[in-house]
Amino acid sequence: MVKIKGLIKAVLVMFGVTSILGCDIEQDSELASKTLLYCSEGSPESFNPQLVTSGTTIDAVSQQIYNRLVKIDPSNGQVVSDLARKVIVSNDAMRYRFYLRKDITFHTTDYFTPTRNLTSADILFTFSRILHTDNPFHDVGGGQYPFFSGIGLSQLIEQIIVVDDLTIEFRLNDPQASFLANMATDFAVILSAEYGEQLIESGQKELIDQKPIGTGPFKFKDYKRDHYIRYLKHHDYWQSESNLEQIVFDITPDNSTRLAKLLTKECDVLGYPSASDVGFLHKRKEVDIVETTSMNVSYWAFNTEVEPFNNPLVRKALSYAVDQNAIIDAVYFGLAEPATSLLPPTSWAYNGDSYISRYNLQKAQELLNEAGYSDGFEMDIWAMPVQRVYNPNAGKMAEILQQSLKELNIKVNIVTYDWGTFRKKLANGEHDSVLIGWLADNSDPDNFYRPLLSCAAAVSGSNRSLWCNDDYDSNVKQALSTANQDKRKIFYTNAENIITREVPLVPIAHATRHKVHHNYIKNVNINPYGGIDFSATKKGKQ
Amino acid sequence: MMLNYVLRKCYLLIFVTLGVTIFAFSLNYLFPGDVLSNMTGNLNISPELRQILSEEYRLDQNVIFQYFAYIHRITNGDWGVSFINDTSIFNQVFHALPATIELAVYALLYSFIVALPLGILASDSNRPWLDKPILALSLIGFSMPIFWLALIMILIFSINLGWFPVSGRLSLIYDIPVTTGFMLVDIWISELPYKMEAMLDALKHLIMPTFVLAAYPTTVLIRTTRQSMQNVLDTSYVKAAKAKGLSNFQVLKRHALRNGLLPVIQMLGIHFGTLITLAMVTEVIFSWPGIGLWLVDAIHQRDYPAIQGGLMVMSGMVFVATIIFDVIYMIFDPLARRHGHGKI
Repeated sequence: MVKIKGLIKAVLVMFGVTSILGCDIEQDSELASKTLLYCSEGSPESFNPQLVTSGTTIDAVSQQIYNRLVKIDPSNGQVVSDLARKVIVSNDAMRYRFYLRKDITFHTTDYFTPTRNLTSADILFTFSRILHTDNPFHDVGGGQYPFFSGIGLSQLIEQIIVVDDLTIEFRLNDPQASFLANMATDFAVILSAEYGEQLIESGQKELIDQKPIGTGPFKFKDYKRDHYIRYLKHHDYWQSESNLEQIVFDITPDNSTRLAKLLTKECDVLGYPSASDVGFLHKRKEVDIVETTSMNVSYWAFNTEVEPFNNPLVRKALSYAVDQNAIIDAVYFGLAEPATSLLPPTSWAYNGDSYISRYNLQKAQELLNEAGYSDGFEMDIWAMPVQRVYNPNAGKMAEILQQSLKELNIKVNIVTYDWGTFRKKLANGEHDSVLIGWLADNSDPDNFYRPLLSCAAAVSGSNRSLWCNDDYDSNVKQALSTANQDKRKIFYTNAENIITREVPLVPIAHATRHKVHHNYIKNVNINPYGGIDFSATKKGKQ
Repeated sequence: MMLNYVLRKCYLLIFVTLGVTIFAFSLNYLFPGDVLSNMTGNLNISPELRQILSEEYRLDQNVIFQYFAYIHRITNGDWGVSFINDTSIFNQVFHALPATIELAVYALLYSFIVALPLGILASDSNRPWLDKPILALSLIGFSMPIFWLALIMILIFSINLGWFPVSGRLSLIYDIPVTTGFMLVDIWISELPYKMEAMLDALKHLIMPTFVLAAYPTTVLIRTTRQSMQNVLDTSYVKAAKAKGLSNFQVLKRHALRNGLLPVIQMLGIHFGTLITLAMVTEVIFSWPGIGLWLVDAIHQRDYPAIQGGLMVMSGMVFVATIIFDVIYMIFDPLARRHGHGKI
């Protein structure tokens, strides 16, 4: 009897020890309550958004470290002031004069201590790097500025003139309706000229994109590839100081792990929940879901430089094999709408008449017969390895296409690599076709047409079809040269008709964008035109 | 005798290591792609650089010279660079290794602490009612796939109860400077204001992976201890000791334990390789940033130089651990020295 009592006592002690170790220890210390943990879906490719167009990089970098001359108000899509307190546009819309704010400080870090505040020299330095091939920093980081090349910034800007320390003027070659909207994108971040000089002196120019210096609400502390990014608060920030002492991006590519981390409070905010999890998350009372109608499109692009995709008939045939409804059910779990054009219906230039994809295998077969491929062929579909707002599961989408194409005797190999390699190989044009998409950077329709399909974008890499059509380019260019919205819409409709005829890509869906966070987190700002902004975020008691 | 035995073991280690290096070296030729790229990790080799590297890697000479050049490089810490991120494999491996060693050591410690008393209790003929439940428990633990156990534990203790985190070694809130690579040690020697909080957090991160990884060795140890103790308790010298009037505890302490635990040490050595394989699975499930997770990532991404480096380190770990367990076994069992020939 005594022995049994002893045994019971031992078991109770063991349970006691386990429960002490196991109890939910409230992480409510000073540091924990001032640290935001964001579970992101991938590693940034660079710490300079000028060099890339990937949403992962924009989310991780752009709004946290940097400011722009002007920015987009997420609530209404209007361009508003940021580093520039005022912008004066000349009557002919050829000169843009930016008046900068005073006393804007750059980050002080363990690798750089600024001796002066932001001046026009920093703006000149930033844009000279992009525009001038002889700039010492132009080729650093590959010398590619995909967004700016896509919109033809170097052809657009005639000259940048420093008027005085706090005034700078951009002179354009042609009037362009989308210039200010482009200057407000997440790509047009302002770098420090003084830091650039320091790096030239120390012979470490490449660090400008790896150890960034900006004027934003947070400064760079530490980055471990595929693991985390740590930012600390910029104490001398020119706008109201953040409530957070640090933000940590916990890089977790796996969807289910990311979801588990949210539920165990290892993440406060979750980027890109899997569409299949959104329904489940709606039932959890401890989390809030922010849903935004996002300016995005997911599409299937064909490499028009390789056979048989250089034949518009084949491309058109393949477009008839896209079962949009099946895709929206299986991939988006209904949280998207079928795309009938490159533009989402919320855009003012959207034309409801354009209708590219229509599931019809019989028609597809007829077109293939006409193109001389009645016996089918073998092709690759590259599927993104990461979740993006416009495509939560490219692999699944590829499988659905694979099934449809099998009916047409087309053998599909689904190809994927890690995200970095995937993008690199894609930029090299090694693909047959790819399932990818686009998240707009501003509210201007030009932001869809030029980066995705212009000839310039085919060179810079954001045109995944490598398609170049003079007629299309001319329409898009003419749309830009006028400020009259009705006229612009006509040109965009023309451009859309060319896409429908030539099918360099098939628009598939426009997805709704979601961010999930615990309800003790407030003020997570998701810009429908770009990245995520934590500058006003507050963390309450858990 | 002892020195002779250890020397023989080391001798064997050298030959086995040579075998592994030959295998790892041959992978340069067996993996698809350019041999020089596989060796260096550099995917874009210009013709000028190819000339220089070919000489350095002795590609212009026969395979024996290439092998010796390879041995020379790996002993100098030049294990090539990763295909994926262009960073030194050597640095990556030795950056990830402490996390795996830490996890394996804690799991083994846990196994000893839990399994030995249970094994001894199960062997006690005076308490037959304890034997069956303990054996049943060990059988369940032994036959349960650890990935399943890990997932069940995550579901119950992390997601439903919210007691333990699901991944990593420490919450990213805490920025602990890396000194030794062993998390608890690093936290202990750091001088940060949130040291105790971080320590508690690290312990919370350790509990589930340690328990999951320890499941297999614990169940093996329970059964081995039970069997071996039963054998020892059945021997004449134990019976004689009991007849002399020694208490059960005294018999256990003076006669049974030392002899009974000998096969346990040997068994641990034999199962260490399995433990390392299980550590890889555990690391992947709990995103534990050790060599296992690193190697699985390398395999996923077809990072051939990294796969070679990981292979050498993993096999090296298994050999060294096996030899250490063998030597320990021999220290406790003088009879083993008679069979002093090295074996793995």
